Amino acid sequence: MLLSSDILIQAVANGLLTGAIYALIALGLTLIYGVLHIINFAHGALLTAALFAAFFADRVLGIDPWISVFALAPAFFALGYLLQRLVVWPASRGEDRAILLVTLGLAVIIENGLLFQFRSDTRTIDHPFGFDVVELGTMLLATTRVVAFFAAIGVAAALFVFLAMTDTGRAIRAVAKERLGAELSGVDVPHIYAVTFGLGTACLAVAACLLLPSYYVTPQVGNAFVLVAFTIVVLGGMGSVPGALAGGLFIGVVESISGLLYGETLGQLGIFLIFILVLLFRPQGLFGAKA
Amino acid sequence: MRDHLAPVLIVLALLAGVPLVVDSNVVLNFLKVALMLALAGTGWNLLGGYGGQFSFGHAVFFGTGAYAVAVLQVRFGINAWAAFGAGIVLGAVLGLAIGWLTFRAGLRGSYFALVTLAFAEVARIIASVWPLTGAGAGILIPLREGFLTLQFGSRAEGYWFVLALLGIAMLIVRAIEVRRFGAQLVAVRENEDAARALGVDVLRVKLLAIALSGGITASAGAFYAQTFLYLDAGLAYGPWISVEALLTAIVGGIGTVWGPLLGALVLQALSELGKHLGGDAPGLGLVLFGAVLILVVRFAPNGIVGLARSLRPRRLARG
Amino acid sequence: MAELLAEAEGITVRFGGLVAVNDASVPVPEGCIVGLIGPNGAGKTTLFATIAGFQKPNAGSIRFRGADITRLPPHRRAALGIARTFQIVQPFAGLTVRENIAVGAHLRHAGRADALAAAEAVADRVGLAPLLNLPAASLTVAGRKRLELARALATEPQLLLLDEVLAGLNPSEIRDMIPVIRAIRDGGVTVLMIEHVMQAVMALAEEIHVLAGGRIIARGGPEQVARDPAVVEAYLGHGAAARLQGGAHA
Ligand SMILES: Nc1ncnc2c1ncn2[C@@H]1O[C@H](COP(=O)(O)OP(=O)(O)OP(=O)(O)O)[C@@H](O)[C@H]1O
Ligand SMILES: [Mg+2]
Repeated sequence: MLLSSDILIQAVANGLLTGAIYALIALGLTLIYGVLHIINFAHGALLTAALFAAFFADRVLGIDPWISVFALAPAFFALGYLLQRLVVWPASRGEDRAILLVTLGLAVIIENGLLFQFRSDTRTIDHPFGFDVVELGTMLLATTRVVAFFAAIGVAAALFVFLAMTDTGRAIRAVAKERLGAELSGVDVPHIYAVTFGLGTACLAVAACLLLPSYYVTPQVGNAFVLVAFTIVVLGGMGSVPGALAGGLFIGVVESISGLLYGETLGQLGIFLIFILVLLFRPQGLFGAKA
Repeated sequence: MRDHLAPVLIVLALLAGVPLVVDSNVVLNFLKVALMLALAGTGWNLLGGYGGQFSFGHAVFFGTGAYAVAVLQVRFGINAWAAFGAGIVLGAVLGLAIGWLTFRAGLRGSYFALVTLAFAEVARIIASVWPLTGAGAGILIPLREGFLTLQFGSRAEGYWFVLALLGIAMLIVRAIEVRRFGAQLVAVRENEDAARALGVDVLRVKLLAIALSGGITASAGAFYAQTFLYLDAGLAYGPWISVEALLTAIVGGIGTVWGPLLGALVLQALSELGKHLGGDAPGLGLVLFGAVLILVVRFAPNGIVGLARSLRPRRLARG
Repeated sequence: MAELLAEAEGITVRFGGLVAVNDASVPVPEGCIVGLIGPNGAGKTTLFATIAGFQKPNAGSIRFRGADITRLPPHRRAALGIARTFQIVQPFAGLTVRENIAVGAHLRHAGRADALAAAEAVADRVGLAPLLNLPAASLTVAGRKRLELARALATEPQLLLLDEVLAGLNPSEIRDMIPVIRAIRDGGVTVLMIEHVMQAVMALAEEIHVLAGGRIIARGGPEQVARDPAVVEAYLGHGAAARLQGGAHA
């Protein structure tokens, strides 16, 4: 196959841009896994919900996603907090299989509620920078995606600092490491669980607002992302924040290059195969230590 | 010694009598779909309910059964009955293959749920691009009514056919329940290490369970293909059937013979209600399903069967 | 001395940097009750796990009736006749006591009716008969310990590995269990037991091995081991033996 290096470099750059968004979505998932030890099957549906929220903020209220993110992130934090506090925890009594089912139930409700309300039409917004590009050497990169890239990296870094520096962050890490010990030393574990779920959900709101200018919305759109996010989380090691970042960028590039070589559908297939292979042979992640 | 099969046989006989007294197409269609879902759910229940291995991707078996029937007939001219049997065997073999990969790697709980989901998605993507399965356009089984083509002229015959499949599946499950394999399967669900210490070959038990489970759910898919005569990747391998298969068992009563049948009847009724309330807009039925799933997990973890048992003052025999 | 039924030979198990069991050998003569004692964290449970096949040793071998079984998985060892209980009890919580024991009985009885009958007989022997229909989750600590014992016994083992089945029981419950264990041995089952309750090991075991820091530091008859200064030191700390001796003189 003959590919000019320019095209390849362009594909890598595009992959990195998408990968940062993937990383942000995966970050929410891995954070929830690391602390609550549950796989949140509602993650994709919540991303879809966030995309719809950002869409209507733009179309109905005329608020640009880059602005509405400052309202939607706290709103989705609250949503996540309440879902964990009022639905997931009480309904599952903390039992693993029950949690799986409850998050699956939430996913089904959200996705199909949106489908019922909005049908499966594809929606897009007209963003003021929608057609702008940034020139970087020989590369042309969509401005909206470059902005999204830096914002996503920034949010990930902020989250990292939050976990490392603040009292709440320390409590979250304490619960993740040793739940019983944290409980005994006075940490309000149900609250920390809900805060974590809220943070994971807030990541989705940010990801949605960054995606929307260059992407579209349908009631099923979250699924594609979340399966990629699962792959990233598994690749980076369940519960690892740096792993999610590295995994996100990696998968973004893999997807972009394999899409270039084999077409989009087969590129997707490649991601799932990576996913299955990693689960089967290195479930602790590529970067994780062997248990 | 055959006592344990009697209740199942009686209920099957009663259900078999329905077309003799009811002449409504609506009712028979309703029951036919409900029985098909119960069949898919019975497969899920064997692995998930008895064995404790929650699959979120049973569509992979349903779709494989469905495509096997369609592809073998349409592309290779194989007789419908033979194709149907091949579909079931293929489902079981696929179950063995997936089980061999995942259980040997020690995947359980959320990890197993995730990897089964991924297998179903891989199958869906492959089916949506592979010319053999009709790729994006799907595959159509030509309409040729007749016994040999396994296409029944009257609604009642199709209904009896799926009832027979469900009956066999329920009898298999009931027979397993009262045998060594059943005891070991449940032991694996409750505590793998303890089971191992008591001489249970955990891997073998899980493999046998997933093979049977795959075969049973594949038979539901094969029936689907043979009834609706059209398939595409989303119908055969879509997440809807993965969700419905586990829902029927959980709503009806996980790890019980009756669960999937009861659950399927309730869910099918809910789905009709959804259509009634929501008109032609899709989604409402599934919203109700999701809500029911959470409510059942919250308030009735043993489903309808569990509720019924707790209402009866005397202890019922298991199953 | 009777013939050896089983033998752990030169077993070493490492967890990362920690050497949990260090070149330990324990011969188990047929028809005996052998005690394995030692302070907390000595490596007793880990050594048990290697005998039952739950833990692969880094070095050493396990022999059973002369055959090397070091590589056999746990279920194959159970089939050969090695049964273990768990220090941290592992009941099938959602099943009844009867169903719990029947899982063990199924190892030798394919038919459901046979297995259930065998389970009831075992329940009789360990005093669980009145509780057969209760869910295992509803048992007390003493009941759960008995259930561990009953399930293991239901596999009709030749070698029974008991990991602290008396821990957490009150003195009268312990007094009830001692004849039960002795009767098991009298029924022809060889017993290797880990126990912290000294008075029970002293009463039951013909031979005792003492594990400390992963090493076997003493072995012999109960009297002999109890008087061994190395054992006293291992339990009570360095210099304790001398202090005790001094105390006895004063
Ligand atoms: N799976 C494991 N991973 C890491 N370390 C372990 C593991 N199992 C045991 N250990 C360590 O190995 C050492 C021996 O543990 P073991 O349970 O065998 O001791 P024990 O003699 O049975 O103690 P106790 O009397 O408290 O039951 C301990 O330091 C323990 O922390
Ligand atoms: Mg121990």
